[in-house]
Amino acid sequence: MAYSVKVLDHYENPRNVGSFGKEEEGVATGMVGAPACGDVMKLQIKVGKDGIIEDAKFKTYGCGSAIASSSLVTEWVKGKSVDQALDIKNTQIAEELALPPVKIHCSILAEDAIKAAVADYKKKRGE
Amino acid sequence: MLKLPIYLDYSATTPVDPRVAEKMIPYLVEKFGNAASRSHAFGWESEAAVEEARDEVARLVNADSKEIVWTSGATESNNLALKGAANFYSGKGKHVITVKTEHKAVLDTCRELERQGFEVTYLDVLENGLVDLDVFKAALRPDTILASVMFVNNEIGVIQPIGEIGEICRAKSVIFHVDAAQATGKVDIDLNALKVDLMSFSAHKTYGPKGIGALYIRRKPRIRLEAQMHGGGHERGFRSGTLATHQIVGMGEAFRLAREEMAVENKRIGALRDRLLKGLSDIDQVFINGDMVHRVPHNLNISFAYIEGESMLMAIKNLAVSSGSACTSASLEPSYVLRALGRDDELAHSSIRFTLGRFNTEEEIDYAIKLLHEKIGKLRELSPLWEMVQDGVDLSTVQWAAH
Amino acid sequence: MFAPVYFDHNATTPLQPEVLEAMLPWLTGQSGNASSRHDYGRAARRAIDEARGRVAAAVGAHPTEIVFTSGGSEANNLFIKGAAACMKPGLLAVSAIEHPCVIKPAEQLVRRGWVLQKLSVDNDGRVDSGHFEAVMRQRPKLVSVMLANNETGVLQDVAALAEQARAAGAWFHSDAVQAVGKVAVDFRALNAAGVHAVTLSAHKLGGPKGAAALVLDKRVEIEPQIAGGGQERGLRSGTENVAAIIGFGVACELAVRRMAELAPRLIELRCRLERGLSSAGATVFAASAGRLPNTVYFALPNIDGETLVGQLDRSGYAVASGAACSSANPEPSHVLRAMDVAPELARGAVRISLGAANTAAQVEEFLLTLQGTVARLQRLSAIAV
Repeated sequence: MAYSVKVLDHYENPRNVGSFGKEEEGVATGMVGAPACGDVMKLQIKVGKDGIIEDAKFKTYGCGSAIASSSLVTEWVKGKSVDQALDIKNTQIAEELALPPVKIHCSILAEDAIKAAVADYKKKRGE
Repeated sequence: MLKLPIYLDYSATTPVDPRVAEKMIPYLVEKFGNAASRSHAFGWESEAAVEEARDEVARLVNADSKEIVWTSGATESNNLALKGAANFYSGKGKHVITVKTEHKAVLDTCRELERQGFEVTYLDVLENGLVDLDVFKAALRPDTILASVMFVNNEIGVIQPIGEIGEICRAKSVIFHVDAAQATGKVDIDLNALKVDLMSFSAHKTYGPKGIGALYIRRKPRIRLEAQMHGGGHERGFRSGTLATHQIVGMGEAFRLAREEMAVENKRIGALRDRLLKGLSDIDQVFINGDMVHRVPHNLNISFAYIEGESMLMAIKNLAVSSGSACTSASLEPSYVLRALGRDDELAHSSIRFTLGRFNTEEEIDYAIKLLHEKIGKLRELSPLWEMVQDGVDLSTVQWAAH
Repeated sequence: MFAPVYFDHNATTPLQPEVLEAMLPWLTGQSGNASSRHDYGRAARRAIDEARGRVAAAVGAHPTEIVFTSGGSEANNLFIKGAAACMKPGLLAVSAIEHPCVIKPAEQLVRRGWVLQKLSVDNDGRVDSGHFEAVMRQRPKLVSVMLANNETGVLQDVAALAEQARAAGAWFHSDAVQAVGKVAVDFRALNAAGVHAVTLSAHKLGGPKGAAALVLDKRVEIEPQIAGGGQERGLRSGTENVAAIIGFGVACELAVRRMAELAPRLIELRCRLERGLSSAGATVFAASAGRLPNTVYFALPNIDGETLVGQLDRSGYAVASGAACSSANPEPSHVLRAMDVAPELARGAVRISLGAANTAAQVEEFLLTLQGTVARLQRLSAIAV
């Protein structure tokens, strides 16, 4: 498997790895995938009172493309409102990272992680 | 200075031993004749070299050279053995037995036999990867004509009880085929003692060239096959096609070296493997796949829990290893061999196969140990599963949103 | 110590030095399994892809149309049996002068319900057009006619034959192992005419033994004959023979590049040979047919071919009596039988197949040696009578 330069960069130097404290204000979590399928992504967003995503962190169990996709997403969601974050599509992720067809599912998973995190945020806010 | 990446994938293919290459090259250059040319010295010279190599292959496994037929590799040998025997003896019955952990060359051929109207039983293995003899016996039926069990598994290196299975088959007049591609030079093979009727060999897993293999076809009692490649009638009609003399010479020399050196070499390689295992034993949540006693000394197959295999391969790209079998690496599926051991998918996804060989050194193994420690730490930091386990979550109770 | 002269290039050819050079790193160094994903495996995969491109370019095919096999025999078996397996049994037509690795698999298909028609040839070894047309009217499903015959060197107009076969709705295959590097072979043009598959072999064109290819129009569905592993788009499983495939690629490129220079030289040598043979009283088979530049197939009256090649070998000339693959078989050549050559004459058949290293001086010396040998043998046979 030949990885693109961008995948390698995110894989070698993943951005925003980690977890927020459970009690932190405005933190929402999206966990998608399954160990049996070979990838699990946990994306956390920290949303300010104005509804803007101030920070994001991830942990991913999966191949290099899955790690890169989630790392990229943490960068992209920061500064966006939760609804703007929902506009991020897997095709953009796949294009940015030049994912080969067999790795498209990694970008889909990353998009799903955003959706799951936002859903968790909205649920917590009682929306 | 170490040459990187360090090659630890000897079960995928071995480098050609320089002594083997040296023996091959004259047959590429001045001794280029077609061994089937009966009218001149170029042909005779090639034919003599082919027969000398045939003797060497036979000697390694204590067979008669008349029982050795050249093929293009173990995959072709497996196809020829299974389809050739099944088709020839189909009048006696249509049931075939094999094992779920066989190489694809056997499994896919069995699928083809099923399409031709044969019935195939795929046996489960024990948790250690070995065939349960009672399960094997129970699978035999009056219409069973053929059984195929590999000598040494390519992924986990376990050695199947070929002697015992052979006795069972012989008693029931079932033809017994053994894929020995991974066994030559690693375990002693005595076809005079083993009740094996057909055995597949490969050169490139034993320091010979790619593109050449052989099939042992027992003469006493005589086993007959339907040829699968037809033409000029080479190899006593079992397999037509111009013989690749240089490759055959290479296989002969590789097998001669194996015969002479395997006893000493296997001790050395076993010590390196044990060094690697010891070096990794202080890492948490590491699981060895396959039996450690009935196993070739070259193989170590480990699951590093909570780390996905492919990202592991990326992290340790200075080690040339494989996750799952080389032939299935293009797919995203976890190794079917590890699943057959009852490993859950997560651990199957997390497995790395280290296979050591003739040219590995202690220094290389030490480098590997150090690198693995470093990268496993980093990847577990990245792993949400590891985090959950550290927090005391039982992963088996989690409802995963499968996609 | 004298070096024997090699006049048996249709059996196999010496490896070109450039080919050896390209192969050596893959024979002596750390060569990976092309299915492995680490650096060693990926390097092997890249090298195979490059070779695939070279082989394809040499015959005007697309790289994805190349299926590597272990040899020409395997490629011929793969097409005949593989294509047949995807169809209901019907009529299958192969020329009577095909190599055994086409005829034998075709005969195997008879056991599976196929009807086999062997296409007749005329006295010059060309496919008989009247018989061919008649067979095409019976709408065969598979047709195989070789581009150049290994014994006589006779070339067939496969494009014209394929046009007719296409009208009949058949898949058309041509064994071109003897043709590439000696005459132009353009798969795209042949394909346009209705040829769906062509067989190539490395060791017949200055490459190593152990690598060959089936060039296959992707519209033709074939069933793999060797299962397990899924290499070559699933059509041919088994670890790729990296070194031989790389040698094949380089050999194809060289053979095609050098053909323009080599072919006229070979024709000149062949003419020289044939003049000498005629004056010695030899019959040259298929003399008036279009033939490969390098092949002369002849017989001398009352001289047994086996005996003659034995004598010539002792005098330092490597020639063949009949095709290499069937040399063990003492029956007269099936090719000459199909050409209706009298059995007495056919038993005298000797084949000379020239190559790049042969010279005019070698040919002249050979003719002198032959004269002496023939005179001696004829004296002996006169005494025997």
